[in-house]
Amino acid sequence: MATTQNDSTANQQDLYADPSDTTQGKVFTVTGQDWDSITQGLGDSADERVVVNMGPQHPSTHGVLRLILELEGETVTEARCGIGYLHTGIEKNMEYRSWVQGTTFCTRMDYLSPFFNEATYAMGVERLLDIEDDIPEKAQVMRVLLMELNRISSHLVCIATGGMEIGALTVMTIGFRERELVLDLFELITGLRMNHAFIRPGGVAQDLPPGALDEIRDFISLMEKRLTEYAALCNANPIFKARLEGVGHLDLAGCLALGLSGPPLRSTGYAWDLRKTQPYAGYEDYDFDVQTWDTADAYGRFRVRLAEMHESLRIVAQAATRLADLEGAPVMVGDKKIAWPSQLAIGSDGMGNSLDHIRHIMGESMEALIHHFKLVTEGFRVPAGQAYVPIESPRGELGAHVVSDGGTRPFRAHFRDPSFTNLQATSVMSEGGMVADVIVAIASIDPVMGGVDR
Amino acid sequence: MSNPSDNPSDKPETAHVDQPAVEQSPENLPAPRGEGTEVRSAGQRRGMFGVSGTGDTSGYGGMVAPIVFPGASQRPYGGWFDEVADALEARLGQTDLTAAVESVVVHRGEITFHVRRQDLPFVAQMLRDDEALRFEFCSGVSGVHYPDDAGRELHAVYHLLSMTHNRRIRLEVSCPDSDPHVPSLVSIYPTNDWHERETWDMFGIVFDGHPAMTRILMPDDWPGHPQRKDYPLGGIPVEYKGGSIPPPDQRRSYN
Repeated sequence: MATTQNDSTANQQDLYADPSDTTQGKVFTVTGQDWDSITQGLGDSADERVVVNMGPQHPSTHGVLRLILELEGETVTEARCGIGYLHTGIEKNMEYRSWVQGTTFCTRMDYLSPFFNEATYAMGVERLLDIEDDIPEKAQVMRVLLMELNRISSHLVCIATGGMEIGALTVMTIGFRERELVLDLFELITGLRMNHAFIRPGGVAQDLPPGALDEIRDFISLMEKRLTEYAALCNANPIFKARLEGVGHLDLAGCLALGLSGPPLRSTGYAWDLRKTQPYAGYEDYDFDVQTWDTADAYGRFRVRLAEMHESLRIVAQAATRLADLEGAPVMVGDKKIAWPSQLAIGSDGMGNSLDHIRHIMGESMEALIHHFKLVTEGFRVPAGQAYVPIESPRGELGAHVVSDGGTRPFRAHFRDPSFTNLQATSVMSEGGMVADVIVAIASIDPVMGGVDR
Repeated sequence: MSNPSDNPSDKPETAHVDQPAVEQSPENLPAPRGEGTEVRSAGQRRGMFGVSGTGDTSGYGGMVAPIVFPGASQRPYGGWFDEVADALEARLGQTDLTAAVESVVVHRGEITFHVRRQDLPFVAQMLRDDEALRFEFCSGVSGVHYPDDAGRELHAVYHLLSMTHNRRIRLEVSCPDSDPHVPSLVSIYPTNDWHERETWDMFGIVFDGHPAMTRILMPDDWPGHPQRKDYPLGGIPVEYKGGSIPPPDQRRSYN
C-alpha cells in the first residue's frame, strides 16, 4: 500500500479497488508488481512525498517485519521499522514454568539458532546455581558441537534467503539443501529438527545416539566440498558483487553506538568474537580463527559468514574427535537434585520414557520415585540473584538476563537478542540509498523476527 | 538495598511465624554468604504449594520464608572489580556526586553498581568516556518488577561491556511504582533506543529524554504493561472430557 502525504489507515475496501481519496491523501494499493497504476494515478502530484509500507507480509523482509519507507523517486529518504508482529510473550510465559521448562520456551525465540537460546539461558541458570564448574566435559563438548552445527545452518539460511531476495535463486536452493543436512543431524542427535529444548541447566538432555559420530564425520567431509560452491558461485560474481558492495555501510563507530555485534561488527575489521574474548563452554580449547573483513558493507558480512562456516566446521571436527574419547561419559551434572531424573529410550511405540527407569522408580526405590516426582512437578530451586552470560550467536551477542528470587520458577528472564538490537541499524544503513538496496541491507543484518519480537 | 543500620527484627523474615526447625534445615537456608556481605530483603514466600486459604490442605500454609537477594558487598571485591570501582569512585570524587553509587553487589562473579536514578546519565557518560573505564558497548536495558520491594518496585538493569579492557559490569537503577521515571541513556548509548521502548512497553518505566517513547512490541493502543507482576498471564481453561485445566497462572504452583 502506498500513500501520498502520509501513511494512512488501512484501506478498508476491496484490495483491487481504484485509488481512493482519504483525509491523509490519495491511497493506492499495490499487490504484485503493478506500479503503473501509481505513476499514472499520481499525475501532477508525483513530486509529493510518497510513503510506502513494505510488509509486514512481504517475502523480502525476512518474516513479519514492516518497513515504512519515505521515497523520493527510487531513493529512500527515511526508513523506519515496525516490529512486534511476532510477539509471543515468551519472557512472560517463562515466569510461570519451572526453570527446566524455560528451555522449551526460549528455544522458540530465534528459530534459526535454537541451541544458542537454550545455551545462554542454561548457562545463566547454571551460574546462579553455582554449578558452572560441575558441568561434565561431554555435555560441554556436545553443546559446542551443536552450537557450531547450528551456526552453519543459520548462516546458510542467511545467505540463502539473502540470495533469493536479490534474485540469486541457486544460492537459495543450494543453501537450503545443505541446511537440510544439518537439520538431519539435529534430528538424529536430539530427535527434533528445531525447537529442541536439548541444552538444559546442568548439561544436555540425552547422550549421543549410536552412529552419530560417523554421520557427523560424513557431514564434515561433504560440507568441505559443498562450502566451496558458495565461494565459487558468489565471491567474484559481478552481479552479486554489484548488488552487495558498498550497500548497507556501517563503520565501527556506528556499530558500537548502535550496539551491533556479530558479523556486522566483524565486517568492519574488528575481531570481536565472544568465543575468543570471553570464552564459555570450553571454547578456549578449540583451535579456530575469528573471521573479519574490512569493507563494513553487505558484501563484507557475506564473506564473514562464509568464512565462519569453514571455522565452524573446524570446530565441529575437533568436537567430534573429543567425543569419540568420551563414550559413556555423563552428559548431565551429577547433582541428583538438579539433574533430570528420567532418561528416554526407544520402545516398541517410539521414543518415550525408559522402561528401566520406570521399573526403578515404580518397583525398586521409593526415594527415586519421590525425587522424580519432586523434580518433574516442582523443579529445583535456584538461589536468589541475577546472572547474564552472553554468547556469540550467529547474529551477535545473545544473552539471557535471568533473575531468581530463590523459587522454582524464573522471577524474570530477559533475552538480549542480537536481531532486535541489530535491526535498529536499518535506518542508517538504508537511508539515502535505493529501495532495492534496503532489502540487501536488511538481509545483511540477518534479523530473525522470532528473536526480535520474542 | 538494605541499610546496615537496619534492625534485623524489623525484617519480615522474623516478623511472622518463628520456625527454628525449618530455618535450621540446610536446604531451606539461603545460600551462605561471605564475611561482610548483607542481604536485601524483598518480600516473603508463604506456604509451599502456592495455595492459600481454605484450599490449602497441605499443612504448609503457615510457613513463611523471606525472599532475600544478595546485598551490598564490602571491599575488596576481587580482581579487576576493584580497579573499576576505584576509577569510578575517583571520577565521582571530583564532582559533587560522590553518593551516585548507592551500593556495589558482587555475586556469582558479576559486579552490579546500584546507581541513583538522577545520576544515571552522568555515571553512564563517565563509564563510556573515561580512559580507565571505557565501557563503550551497552547490551541494552532489562526491566525487572519487584512488587514487594517497597519504594523501589521497578528496576532497570543495564549490562555494559568494555571491549578495550574486556570487562563486563551491570548498572541497576530503581524507581517507585508511583513515580516510574528513569533518565534515558539514548544520547549516550543510541542502542538503547529500542531497548528503552521495550522496557516502557513491558514495564511502564518512562525514560525521560527518550526521543520517541512509544510502544514497540505491543499494539499502540494496548492497555497496561504486560510483564509487570500485577499483569495476569491470561489464558482460558482447557476442557477435556468434562475436566478442565486452568490457565498456567491460575494453576497450583510451587512458589
